[in-house]
Amino acid sequence: MNTQPNAVPESSFESQGITPAVVSPVQTLYWSIRRELWENPSIYVAPLIAAVIFLFGFCISTLSLRHRMHGALPLDAANVRDIFASRYELAGALIMGTALIVGIFYSLDALYGERRDRTIFFWKSLPVSDLITVLSKLAIPLVILPLLSFAITLATQFVMLLMSSIMLAGSGVDIGALWRDASFLHVSVVLLYHLLTVHGLWYAPIYGWLLLVSAWAPRAPFLFAFLPPFVIYGVEKLAFNTSYFLSMIQERLTGPQSAMAPNAAPPDFMATLIPHHFFDSPGLWTGLLVAAIFLFGAVRLRRNQGPI
Amino acid sequence: MTVIEARGLRKTFGTNIALDGIDLRVEQGRILGLIGPNGAGKTTALNAILGLIPYQGELKVLNRDPWHDRDQLMRDVCFIADVAVLPRWIRVSQALEYVAGVHPRFDRAKAESFLAKTTIRHNSKVKELSKGMVVQLHLALVLSIDAKLLVLDEPTLGLDILYRKQFYDSLLNDYYDRNRTIVVSTHQVEELEHIFTDLMFIDRGRIVLSCSMEEFESRYVEVAVKPDQAAAARALKPMYERQIFGRSILLFDLKLNAADRQQLTTLGEVHTPSIADLFVAVIGNQSGMAQGASR
Repeated sequence: MNTQPNAVPESSFESQGITPAVVSPVQTLYWSIRRELWENPSIYVAPLIAAVIFLFGFCISTLSLRHRMHGALPLDAANVRDIFASRYELAGALIMGTALIVGIFYSLDALYGERRDRTIFFWKSLPVSDLITVLSKLAIPLVILPLLSFAITLATQFVMLLMSSIMLAGSGVDIGALWRDASFLHVSVVLLYHLLTVHGLWYAPIYGWLLLVSAWAPRAPFLFAFLPPFVIYGVEKLAFNTSYFLSMIQERLTGPQSAMAPNAAPPDFMATLIPHHFFDSPGLWTGLLVAAIFLFGAVRLRRNQGPI
Repeated sequence: MTVIEARGLRKTFGTNIALDGIDLRVEQGRILGLIGPNGAGKTTALNAILGLIPYQGELKVLNRDPWHDRDQLMRDVCFIADVAVLPRWIRVSQALEYVAGVHPRFDRAKAESFLAKTTIRHNSKVKELSKGMVVQLHLALVLSIDAKLLVLDEPTLGLDILYRKQFYDSLLNDYYDRNRTIVVSTHQVEELEHIFTDLMFIDRGRIVLSCSMEEFESRYVEVAVKPDQAAAARALKPMYERQIFGRSILLFDLKLNAADRQQLTTLGEVHTPSIADLFVAVIGNQSGMAQGASR
């Protein structure tokens, strides 16, 4: 014992004994989600890059706007407001779209990648249940990405306002009006609502399907995820000359009509916020049921499937 | 306390029988060496014990059903399945944080003290580490978990001798105590013979030999037979014979043979065989298989 000097501090660790604390499922879920973010920095990097590129484009277009202010046809205040309102919306749409793409690719790899690189053995050597693992992977596209894209959109729109204030200073545009109108604040509330309802709830069966395929696919999860819908559509068209399946998918992708009307004029936007219609639509509940079935399947598969 | 208890454990992959109804019992405080040729069913047996694959038959690990209670079982069991399973993207600091976050019995200070003895830096990613360092990291994580059962499946595959030596030194000096149970499957029998308390040979999904090391030492005898005694020695029906430098080395199972140790001493030099020699004798020839089987 004494021949090895390192042995002394170590044995004191031994003798202290470790008091086994209890790790709650919430804490396990929290660490599992953090782990996902470590592994997939693209979850926040991609929307950030989209925002930076958008800001760069915005910068150029605002400069050209300044030139137009001195040109032959000066824009009136209402025109300027419209221009900015549409750009705020564009920023939101771009970041949301990026997040959507990231979410799709993330989900397809979530339960497939760990089997391909055999790390599933390591994750399974820790006391984290398959349910918590699948839930943490579902939380990324359903909760984390919508919230992240909301935060990034809000920050982007704020930077846009600052940039335009600086660049348009002294050009004749009423900067104060820009801030007063700041229509992005209204848009933001709608945006958050849209993100949480449509991206968080309405899209749940889509992400559920992607996770299920990801848990099952022996290879090429992308193919296995997107081929079956095409085949079903083709068979339906051929056999019954109908396309219910296609319109069902379309409705799922475009979102419920009642959730919110993206083109609604700003004065009407409060009306679209009434959650009554959204939560009454049977499509939402069927979708959530289907999502639950897909997730149940994904959890079972996570337990059964080994590395590939 | 019985840590692992299996009865009629069976696992098939299609038509291939990986485990053909094995019975197994491992008591607390033992270090079991699970030895078998490639494809013998070692990994399948370990995976069943760890709740990674479904199986037929009865299996209890720490009084739990591993297939249904894997996540709870993993509070008391840890394992290193293969050298390459730590995710390549993870940073050393993240690995420590994550395991500390999800494992109630993980002692982070202990893991840090293990790592302090290596050249592994906290901000390195696993993909930047050498193979040996990855194993050191994995070992630091696993040995810092206050588990009742540690399962190692070919833990030192592909490592050089220095890392292997270090690996088993850490295992014995810093981890093992009488309350803990270790199951190791390996091909590197020579380096491990002095570590095991129990020995199990597995071949084609069956356990062909199972004994404690004390039993092994008293039961098996190797005799380097004098040339003139060769015929007499062969008459005693050794379980295996090999030639080294023109001399016959005969291996006897004293439990099954009429011969006793005294008698064998007159035939030549008597010594305890190495596990590797016994392995070759038991698995290497079909006839020896039946004789060596303890069940």
